[in-house]
Amino acid sequence: MGRTLSEKVWDAHVVRHADGEPDLLYIDLHLVHEVTSPQAFDGLRLANRPVRRPDLTIATEDHNVPTFDVDKPIADPVSRTQVDTLRKNAEEFGIRIHTLGDPDQGVVHVIGPQLGLTQPGMTVVCGDSHTSTHGAFGAIAFGIGTSEVEHVLATQTLMQARPKTMAVTVDGVLPDGVSAKDLVLALIAQVGTGGGQGYIVEYRGEAIRALSMEARMTICNMSIEWGAKAGMIAPDETTFAYLKDKPHAPQGVDWEAAVEYWKSLATDADATFDREVVLRAEDIAPFVTWGTNPGQGVPLSAVVPSPDDFDNENDKVAAERALEYMGLTAGTPLREIHVDTVFLGSCTNGRIDDLRAAAGVLAGRKVAEGTRMLVVPGSGRVRLQAESEGLDAIFKDAGAEWRGAGCSMCLGMNPDQLAPGERSASTSNRNFEGRQGKGGRTHLVSPLVAAATAVTGTLAAPADLPPVAVPANA
Amino acid sequence: MDAFTQHIGTAAPLRRSNVDTDQIIPAVYLKRVTRTGFEDGLFAAWRNDPSFVLNQPEYDGVSVLVAGPDFGTGSSREHAVWALLDYGFRVVVSSRFGDIFRGNSGKAGLLAALVTQDVVEQLWTAIEADPGTKVTVDLENKTISAGDVSAPFEIDDYTRYRLLNGLDDVGITLSHADDIAAYEATRPSFKPATLPAKA
Repeated sequence: MGRTLSEKVWDAHVVRHADGEPDLLYIDLHLVHEVTSPQAFDGLRLANRPVRRPDLTIATEDHNVPTFDVDKPIADPVSRTQVDTLRKNAEEFGIRIHTLGDPDQGVVHVIGPQLGLTQPGMTVVCGDSHTSTHGAFGAIAFGIGTSEVEHVLATQTLMQARPKTMAVTVDGVLPDGVSAKDLVLALIAQVGTGGGQGYIVEYRGEAIRALSMEARMTICNMSIEWGAKAGMIAPDETTFAYLKDKPHAPQGVDWEAAVEYWKSLATDADATFDREVVLRAEDIAPFVTWGTNPGQGVPLSAVVPSPDDFDNENDKVAAERALEYMGLTAGTPLREIHVDTVFLGSCTNGRIDDLRAAAGVLAGRKVAEGTRMLVVPGSGRVRLQAESEGLDAIFKDAGAEWRGAGCSMCLGMNPDQLAPGERSASTSNRNFEGRQGKGGRTHLVSPLVAAATAVTGTLAAPADLPPVAVPANA
Repeated sequence: MDAFTQHIGTAAPLRRSNVDTDQIIPAVYLKRVTRTGFEDGLFAAWRNDPSFVLNQPEYDGVSVLVAGPDFGTGSSREHAVWALLDYGFRVVVSSRFGDIFRGNSGKAGLLAALVTQDVVEQLWTAIEADPGTKVTVDLENKTISAGDVSAPFEIDDYTRYRLLNGLDDVGITLSHADDIAAYEATRPSFKPATLPAKA
């Protein structure tokens, strides 16, 4: 019988299999950042163990770094210590690191692909749940805890039980103005935050094939938000074209051999999945969350739901709590909800295509009075690219703040946070209570919706905006 | 890691679903570079609320947490497990755990006991009727009991084996170093390396 994409990649990485034990899986790439690694390096020192493969490991600082004054020492001494600790550990253990100010500093899940280190058929791990992003290349990529970070540093392997397989097939063509973010938010609303638990998911179908690599990363990034172990998309010509000239892409005969191998990874026609979900792209519209988990979302054209709309008692109670926390009344049209802060960035939507999409909406327009907008590029290189295209000028002319690279307000660990009660429209991945700052209220949106919302000051899509006025003498 | 065979202690009912790891410990508490001292961040947003379960005097000294479904979803931060351990918890019971949280628990020595939602409800009722109820969690037999409630719980065999014996994962894996080296010898040349750096 045929095998699925995930089964092929899994099988190719089994170092040791024994009945009744998890497989020992080889790890091709380990991404390291400052927050989930210090205790792992301490563990190595205590046991007097080296990093087995520094040449398969790369570090950057992203979660806990400021996005302004990046040329000065980090103001918060506790944050500074954490960042310095990573720098010292990288030096001591011989690991490549990209620090603040370097073009390849940025969100771990943005720099792996931009360096061409993320490739099809690999296993990729990081002490960060959004490692699922790298699955867009046809890699098995997942987040791990600090004990596992130590395990990978010491052994370049992980003990892992083989997950079940699921296919999410999206047929048809996405309507104009509907993006990958809307698609994945609509999917999570349908399957629930626990719907993917225990599965590696393969996203497939016409609508997925039509997506750019960056849009595919947005989809795979959110796999963890519905509980999946990992999300993957089979590599194809779009993948190969993206990788071709990246710094660490294979060269010459290696490229030919690699592409041949990558082409063999697609799910066989006679392979079966343990579970299948089908969506029609035509049914998907701009999507926004109203609650405090990513499954609590509805189309932008809808109203805030009522707890009575839910049959399940747990969902009912969760909706009640969410409405209270979010300060929302059931029945309110989403388009009438005022937003204080718009955040454009993160490993979900902080890449160049995301910035281009938002800038396209903001060109010739202004951020509304009473609303602020933060634009945080996913990496130093994304920032440089945006500046070379003049996107920074569009954001600044509109009244948005143009920042340095990092995770920033996605998780509110650095100074970029919401104040209690403040409401955001955010292109990030989690609308959990307090995620973006204690008492902060988050609506998850696409970059297009984020930009339109910045202009109106209320949740909006670009289609809601009046045309940009063209000066008479233009 | 200390071996875990059986635990007896009082329990707190956490009547909430989808308690993600940002709720267990918000990001601003993750700046420490040590492995201990995270109890101050545990459920930080709720600890100021006098009605929060852990602020009730009858739940002082609890070591078992009985939570609603989808406990520990979201961020991979192992600090969530450390914060629960630092506070004094040894066991968390739920009908569904976030995958990474459950894995982290097994590594750090916190027992994540998976039961049906029906058992969670029974435990909540028993604990709330008498917060002094002793809960017995027996890892050898995979059972949990409290008052009149007695039920099996699920945990994967390998994690159970490691917890029962207090085994160090890295040590186990390094005993297979020959297998790892043999695998490495077969990796194709087109696989990328981070070193030397290329621009």
